[in-house]
Amino acid sequence: METILLLFIFTLAAFLGFELISKVPSQLHTPLMSGSNAISGITIVGALIAAGGTAGSWFATGLGAAAIVLATINVVGGYMVTDRMLAMFKKKGGK
Amino acid sequence: MAPQTTHYLVSPALINFVYIICSVLFIIGIKMLGKAQTARKGNIISAVAMFLAVVITLFDQKILDAADPLTWAILGGSVLLGALIGLFAAKTVKMTSMPEMVALLNGFGGLASLFVAWSEYHYNMVEGYHPEYFGKSAIIATILIGGITFTGSIYAWGKLSGKISGKAQVYSGQKMVNAAIAIALLACSVAFVVIGDFHTAYILMIAGIALSLLLGFAAVMPIGGGDMPVVISLLNSLSGMAASAAGFVISNNVLIVAGCLVGASGVILTIIMCKSMNRTLGNVLFSGFGAKAGGGQGTVDGEMKPMNIEDAYYVLEAAQSVVFIPGYGMAVAQAQHTVKELAELLENNGAEVNFAIHPVAGRMPGHMNVLLAEADVPYEQLKEMEEANRILETADVAIVIGANDVVNPAAAEDKSSPIYGMPIIEAFKAKTVLALKRGKGAGFSGLENSLFFRPNTRMVYGDAKATINELVGKFKES
Repeated sequence: METILLLFIFTLAAFLGFELISKVPSQLHTPLMSGSNAISGITIVGALIAAGGTAGSWFATGLGAAAIVLATINVVGGYMVTDRMLAMFKKKGGK
Repeated sequence: MAPQTTHYLVSPALINFVYIICSVLFIIGIKMLGKAQTARKGNIISAVAMFLAVVITLFDQKILDAADPLTWAILGGSVLLGALIGLFAAKTVKMTSMPEMVALLNGFGGLASLFVAWSEYHYNMVEGYHPEYFGKSAIIATILIGGITFTGSIYAWGKLSGKISGKAQVYSGQKMVNAAIAIALLACSVAFVVIGDFHTAYILMIAGIALSLLLGFAAVMPIGGGDMPVVISLLNSLSGMAASAAGFVISNNVLIVAGCLVGASGVILTIIMCKSMNRTLGNVLFSGFGAKAGGGQGTVDGEMKPMNIEDAYYVLEAAQSVVFIPGYGMAVAQAQHTVKELAELLENNGAEVNFAIHPVAGRMPGHMNVLLAEADVPYEQLKEMEEANRILETADVAIVIGANDVVNPAAAEDKSSPIYGMPIIEAFKAKTVLALKRGKGAGFSGLENSLFFRPNTRMVYGDAKATINELVGKFKES
């Protein structure tokens, strides 16, 4: 049952995604990419559980920890760099 | 999931509820990211959602049950380390290096998801817990997508940063080899899911990891630098799909939703990029575009006529309407600030100045926009292809800065040209075309650009930045 529910969510999210982002001005292509890239760092949630919930297996914990580092780079780097870019766009709007 | 009589500090229902809130915030955030006025706020909202998701995850009973001080130190240390690296990278990266940065981040996301799935299965084995077919399918899917994303991105990063040749690398039988890797990977994956024995399955999983890493390299190898906007968009999509697949591994809604949104946005960008080149995704991925010399190159009549800076200055000085057409060469020369300076001087001189931006100019979607925004070029002057072509009909001068294939008239005229059918910026319509170019070589696709041989085109050889600097100097003298 849970499996079906998860697939259901997946399907709806896919359709939603396409609807949400169908028309994007080319000016925003890069920020959209780097910003959505940061969102893909959500895998950090899985990484935290993998590193924190695997007591008894150092190997599993180690993999989880490595995943945390990578995902955090993805998240922090992605959001910050997107904000940096969008700040540049903002500036011109005032002119 | 521990259904015993555990006392929960935070109930799983509440955690899941917070995940729903996070999902909603991600959806709102990404929607706002698609509109110019709201983009920055959207990015912040999605960052808040991420923060919230991380914090509530720390109250997951799995972590609370297992975690001792050492584990907490590992969690905290890993987050801190990642955050510092991410912070440093985001603060110091040059805008011209943005494609590399995005490629690397894509790769890290993919590898992180791979590690999550690997860790999960390893722990399953230690615990002696046999996941169902579906769980195993999710594990191997995450590994597969994550692995391809990782090495594909690393290879793309190498190409973009010039660490390896940006040219398409092809060899005979390449398609067969790649197909063989893909089939082997698929076979491994199916066997992993079906075989119940832990040892055999674990070996198959390791083989799956190795093959998916190999396939990532192999798949990006035959793709040339000019096709990078497509590849980066696609890898972006895959990094999201990997996260989504990891969501199935740990039965977590927010991973599924957020990953799926990224997957969709990446696919949409990929489609836009392919359309801008009038090519199918299959053609971009598998054709080894630009690697083969000869064949359908078309002979170009006439000769390239050089012009010195002095004369170029007089042409610009008299111009009423000037259109800049930037390409990857502008990024390489880091010429955006100098270009902006020249544009301002031209405006002060009474000319109307515009920038014509082709969707695939540069090495990632929106590359030129980012660079020109950094140089403070007013947004109103950045014209998308259609509008730019209207303006070019009456323009006095078109200045092509390091753009090549996106202004090649062969795309419109020469049926035998490999880029035939690709929508271009019609620079040739301007009264005079000044093409700023380092040397006489062809573009990434290896094609001669017939624009450079037109009677109204003048070649201004040299480093784009130096050339424009000299022009700026001339304007200031007068």
